[in-house]
Amino acid sequence: MANDDSKDLLPLDGHTTVRDPGTAVERSDALLNPGMPPHRLRVTDTDPRAARRAERVVVLLFYISLIGSIFAMTSYFAFPIKPNDLGSVRLNNVFIGLGLAFALLAIGIAAVHWAKVLMADQEGIDIRHPVHGDVQTQARAVEIFRTADRESGFNRRVLIRNGMIAAIAALPFPAIFLFRDLAPAAGTPAEAYSHTMWKAGTRLTKDPTGDPILASDVTIGSVFHVIPDGLLTAPDMLEEKGKAAVLLMRLEPGVLHVSPARKDWNYDGIVAYSKICTHVGCPVALYEQQTHHLLCPCHQSQFDITREAAVIFGPAVRPLPQLPITVDSEGYLVARSDFHEPVGPSFWERRGDYSA
Amino acid sequence: MATMNSDDTKRRKRGRRSPLASVALVLTGLLITGGAYALMTAASPANADVNMASAQSISQGKKLFAANCATCHGLNLAGTSSGPSLIGVGAAAVDFQVGTGRMPLAQDAPQAEVKPPVFDETQTLQMAAYVASISPGPGIPASSNLTLTGDATKGAELFRINCAMCHNVAGAGGALTEGKYAPNLMKTTPAHIYEAMLTGPQNMPVFNDANITPQEKQDIITALKVQNQAAGVGGFDLGSLGPVAEGLFLWIFGLGAIVAFTVWLTAKAN
Repeated sequence: MANDDSKDLLPLDGHTTVRDPGTAVERSDALLNPGMPPHRLRVTDTDPRAARRAERVVVLLFYISLIGSIFAMTSYFAFPIKPNDLGSVRLNNVFIGLGLAFALLAIGIAAVHWAKVLMADQEGIDIRHPVHGDVQTQARAVEIFRTADRESGFNRRVLIRNGMIAAIAALPFPAIFLFRDLAPAAGTPAEAYSHTMWKAGTRLTKDPTGDPILASDVTIGSVFHVIPDGLLTAPDMLEEKGKAAVLLMRLEPGVLHVSPARKDWNYDGIVAYSKICTHVGCPVALYEQQTHHLLCPCHQSQFDITREAAVIFGPAVRPLPQLPITVDSEGYLVARSDFHEPVGPSFWERRGDYSA
Repeated sequence: MATMNSDDTKRRKRGRRSPLASVALVLTGLLITGGAYALMTAASPANADVNMASAQSISQGKKLFAANCATCHGLNLAGTSSGPSLIGVGAAAVDFQVGTGRMPLAQDAPQAEVKPPVFDETQTLQMAAYVASISPGPGIPASSNLTLTGDATKGAELFRINCAMCHNVAGAGGALTEGKYAPNLMKTTPAHIYEAMLTGPQNMPVFNDANITPQEKQDIITALKVQNQAAGVGGFDLGSLGPVAEGLFLWIFGLGAIVAFTVWLTAKAN
C-alpha cells in the first residue's frame, strides 16, 4: 500500500522534459537511475500486536517524562538549599537534575521511537523548486538597484565611493595591532625576563609568610619555597613572584659539582634555583631528596641539582637559572646578585641555547 | 529445581551439590576471615603506653632491632650496602616507617610501599626508643600538635605551596620519576603526616620546624583532614586526579552515549 501512495508525491509539472545541457558534457552511457530500493515492511506494519506494544512503550515513555518533571518539582521542596551547607546544594542539584534529565530524555526517546516504529513509513521523491524568480521579479530587482545607484550617486561620485572603500578596508587593522599586548610590556621578552626583584643583599624569605631564612635552619634534605624580601608589598606582586620564585635546597656535602665560575654561588651546600621551568614556565618544585632530581609536573622535564640543574630528561632545553646566594652578618641567607640570565620559558632569543 | 514436587531430603541433597553451594561456602569463608582480620587489626592497642626513656623499652627495642632490622641497617645503626644509616633519624622516622608498614621492606622496589604493619604499636615505639637512644633526632610529635584544631585556611595555602605539586591539591598523590610516587594522603594519620614532614622519608624533602613551624604543620593536617571529611559537593571526584580522569570519563562515557544515540537514531526500525 505504501508503494501506491508514493506515486502521489511525484510532482505533475514537467520535470521530465528534456533540458538543454548547456556546455556540460553528458555521457551517453551514464549510470541509469536505479530507483528506490524495494519497500520493507516493519514488524509494526504487519503485526498489530507489535504495534500495540510499541504504542504502549511510547505512552509509557511520555509518562516517565511526566513523572520526571513532577519529581524535579518535588525535589525543589524536598531537598532545599540550606545556607552554609554545601551538601544540601549537591542533593538539590542532583535530584532536580535527575528529574529534568528523565523528563527531557524520555520525551526525546518517545518521539523518536514513535516516528521510527509507528508513524507512516514510505519513501517519496520531492523535486527541488527552481531557485530563480520569474521575469517580472528579476526586472523589478534590476530596476531597484538602478534607482538606488542613481539616487545615491554611488557610481557618479567616484571620490566618495573610493573613500568609503578605503575607510572600511582600514577598519580591521587596529584589531591586529592589539595583538602586541600578548607580548610583555617591557620591550622584548629577553629584557622582561632578564631582571627580577633579586638584588645584591636581598634576603631570601619563606613563601607565603615572608620570614627571612637562617642558613643554619636549612638542614640537609630540606626544601624551602622562597620569595624575595619585600615581594609581598611590591606593586606588581604576582608578576614579580612569577619571575622571582626560587627553590632552596641543601644537599649533602660533596655531591655538588660546582663549576669554577659558580664556586661562590652556593653557601655550604645550600643552592637556590629559579622555580620557573625553562620549557614553558610551569613551577618546577617536585624535588626528590635522594636522587637530587627536580621534576616539572607539566611536561616531565627533569633537572639534576647536583650538576647545576642540567636537563637530564624532557622538553626543556636549558638548565634552570641559579641564584647566587650567601649569608649576611646576622646569618640570614641573601642573594649575591640578580639571576645572571633570563628566567622562565625559552623564547626566540634563547632557543637552543643549551650551554647558557 | 527442575522438579517442583520432589521431597524434602532430596531437595536438601540437591542443595548441597548445587554449583551455588561452593560459591556460598567460599563467600562465607572469606567473610569470616575478613571479619576476623578486621577485628584483630582493630584489637591492636590504639594507644600503646611506652616509656620512651626507660631502659626496659630501649633494651626491648634493641632486641627487636637486632632481630628484624640489623641485617640491612647494621647492628650499630651505621647502615650497610643494602640499607642506609639510621644515625640521627630519630624516633619520628622509626614510628613513620614501621608504623605505616613501609619497613621492613617487602622487596627491592623503586620505593617502600604502605603495608599492614608487621609490628604492633608497643613494639614500634620500643624500636623508636632504641634508635633515639643511640643518637638524637626528631621525636614523635606531641598529641597536642595533632588535633584538628589548626587554621584550615592557612594550612591549605601552605599545603598548596609546599606539598601539592607532588601530593596533588586534594592529597590524592601523584607520580614522580622512575616508578617513584608521592603517596595518597587521604587516609594517612595525623601523626604519620607530621612525622613525614619532619623526617623526609625516602625521596620526600625534609620540612623541619624552622621551615614549617609545629603550628603550621598542625594547620596543614587540619586542612587535609577537613578537606577529606567535607562532602564532595562537586559530585563524583573520580579520585580527585583532576582533568585527566575527568576528561577520560567524558571521552568514554559522554561521547560513547552520543555515539550510541546517533546509531540508534539512524538505524531502521525492525
